[in-house]
Amino acid sequence: MSNEVEKDKLSGTDTTGHEWDGIKELNTPLPRWWLYTFYACILFAIGYCVLYPSIPLPWGGHTEGLLKFTNRKAIEEDLKANAVAARPQYASIAARDLDAIQADAKLRDFAVAGGRAAFAQNCAPCHGNSGQGAKGYPNLLDDVWLWGGSLDQIHQTIRFGVRNANPESHQGVVMPAWGEAAKNPPQVLAAAQISAVADYVLSLNHKDVDMGSAKAGQAVFAENCAACHGENAEGNQDMGAPPLITGVWLYGGDKASLVETITHGRAGQMPAWSERLDEPTVKMLALYVHQLGGGK
Amino acid sequence: MTAQTRQPAYVDDVVRAFMVATVFWGVVGFTMGLLIASQLAFPQLNFGLEWTSFGRLRPVHTSGVIFAFGGSGLIGSSLFIVQRTCKARLFGGWQLGWFIFWGYQLFIVLAATGYVMGITQGKEYAEPEWYVDLWLTIVWVAYLVCFVGTLMRRQEPHIYVANWFLLGFILTIAMLHLVNNAALPVSFFDWKSYGAYAGVQDAMIEWWYGHNAVGFFLTAGFLGMMYYFIPKAADRPIYSYRLSIVHFWSLIFLYIWAGPHHLHYTALPDWTQTLGMVFSVMLWMPSWGGMINGLMTLSGAWHKLATNPGLRFSVTSLAFYGMSTFEGPVMSVKPVNGLSHYTDWTIGHVHSGAMGWVGFITFGALYYIFPVLWGKTKVYSEKLVSWHFWIATLGIVFYVCAMWASGIMQGLMWRAYDANGFLQYSFIETVEAMHPFYLIRMLGGVLYLTGALIMAFNLWKTATGSQDSVLQAVPVPQPAQ
Repeated sequence: MSNEVEKDKLSGTDTTGHEWDGIKELNTPLPRWWLYTFYACILFAIGYCVLYPSIPLPWGGHTEGLLKFTNRKAIEEDLKANAVAARPQYASIAARDLDAIQADAKLRDFAVAGGRAAFAQNCAPCHGNSGQGAKGYPNLLDDVWLWGGSLDQIHQTIRFGVRNANPESHQGVVMPAWGEAAKNPPQVLAAAQISAVADYVLSLNHKDVDMGSAKAGQAVFAENCAACHGENAEGNQDMGAPPLITGVWLYGGDKASLVETITHGRAGQMPAWSERLDEPTVKMLALYVHQLGGGK
Repeated sequence: MTAQTRQPAYVDDVVRAFMVATVFWGVVGFTMGLLIASQLAFPQLNFGLEWTSFGRLRPVHTSGVIFAFGGSGLIGSSLFIVQRTCKARLFGGWQLGWFIFWGYQLFIVLAATGYVMGITQGKEYAEPEWYVDLWLTIVWVAYLVCFVGTLMRRQEPHIYVANWFLLGFILTIAMLHLVNNAALPVSFFDWKSYGAYAGVQDAMIEWWYGHNAVGFFLTAGFLGMMYYFIPKAADRPIYSYRLSIVHFWSLIFLYIWAGPHHLHYTALPDWTQTLGMVFSVMLWMPSWGGMINGLMTLSGAWHKLATNPGLRFSVTSLAFYGMSTFEGPVMSVKPVNGLSHYTDWTIGHVHSGAMGWVGFITFGALYYIFPVLWGKTKVYSEKLVSWHFWIATLGIVFYVCAMWASGIMQGLMWRAYDANGFLQYSFIETVEAMHPFYLIRMLGGVLYLTGALIMAFNLWKTATGSQDSVLQAVPVPQPAQ
């Protein structure tokens, strides 16, 4: 143990005379740049505290700072400055009907931009980022529509949705579970009939199937399916019954998927967006979806 | 050195056990990190099981690397350092030492098994429930008694700077742990408890705790490690005693107030946010004081980096320490925080500190202490140390750069508006955009873990190899009569 100050040969600096397990210390002064930067940080801190709310006061409250800044005020101003709802276009969209908005190119562009943003936040989880859909969730890019593809029909569907509690929602007809006796007593089809009608539907889409089976399926179709899907399987938008001749399938168009759909039935749902979004936003959504590719 | 059986010897068995545990938990913690990083890139890796879901495994990773790997390394090396620098046998001897070791390992296992089963307080870095908290309190008090008792037995007139930092770490962690974990259990037979605080007070206490877990566990503790192993490995005196004093006290005083920067732009009052920010800015130089003292200790000894790859870890760790303690104050400035908060930038910041500073300073210490503890002249293979160094450094660079890019992009996408004033991106679009960076991060994790496995092999061979000397007790030097 050494308690004597000595000079370090390499640096020429004195040691402190302390030593622990062979470790000594040099008595180097504080690096100036370090010290002055530290002081500068302290000055910055003091200055910032003078400008901004900082010191709690013993009698309640706190110093407000020369700038009188508050987070709440800042966010309110920010929201106000960026409020889409305060823009004149917003009021115009609220006031005009869809065709009038469609006719005004500038307003239409604004509405489509707003619809895109609202779609990404609200619709994309089911219909996909670009509206491409997924199994059970309609593709909005093609020209096959369950409930109609005109601007007004799309608007109606978005506002009130499908098969939900809203009295205005599309109820249509539910696709029965043809293969489940417990759910559907009077109209049960046997497995062979279901297979046959699936073959028939496939044949309508020019798929290679057993023509004998398809022929048998045609009779089953005429008796059970044509009432909703139409005699030529062209679909019926009043009932929400899809056309079966377009090659576009909501639940899959291979035989197994068709058999599953016919056996267990389907009843897709969609929320009534007017219950969650304001009217201009719903209009913007309708205009956006209409121009995605399939609008009529 | 010959063993003099009549003379008291340092309690090194416990230190050896802690060092082995450090390597073991390091590999476990890094593996868990790689798994959850992979889950973010490929959600299928959650395996659809509750026990292996991201939410449960993330605390296994964070506690695994901080408390199991870092904690074992810190406690073990602190027991080594305090004995050597005080020339005193461990207070409480091997009995207290082994209690601390097995008590702490039990804490780790209790905490981790709880996480996997969904038992959690839901407080970041303080997830263990009340029964684990109580057990840790007992172990921690034993550790404090052991450490202070050894300090009081010292033969040296002064207390070495490493011990200031270590005692600061032990005391502050005790205080943070007790305050943040105050809770009332539903019953003695139920793991569930309700915290003593609510709302924004709860958030503030949690981040007072969380930030100072970084400040006193991951900074002060590991600075204690640095202050012993760098001068020993470099065989140079500490650069500046005065800087030690000033940066120690300024660091200790300022760190404890900086927690509110974790709650910028929340319900926390404006004045509290201001103070959290300015204390963080003032922390910059006190943090750098440790880096300067460590790096400048090498002046005149830089050539040793060429021949001592273990020392390379210690020195590089200081570079990462300097980088993340500059980045921290920058991120605490409110407008910067407005962009960085809740993004991957924070994850990158934490990992440059955790992998670069905490990991590397620990690796450096392990490469120094294994040969010493197992009576060898050097590690089994210095070439493998070099390989570990370059592979792990590359891993950190991949990890941190990926998270910077991903985080800043994420923050910018969240706030992007189109020409009409509508939000440009949906949330899912930001997630899609981050995917490539998640892959790069995974690669970084693979490299870092690979390095750690190389280290585990190398240290295993060092300890068990038939190189020269044999394991023997090191006597405590006695004062001259």
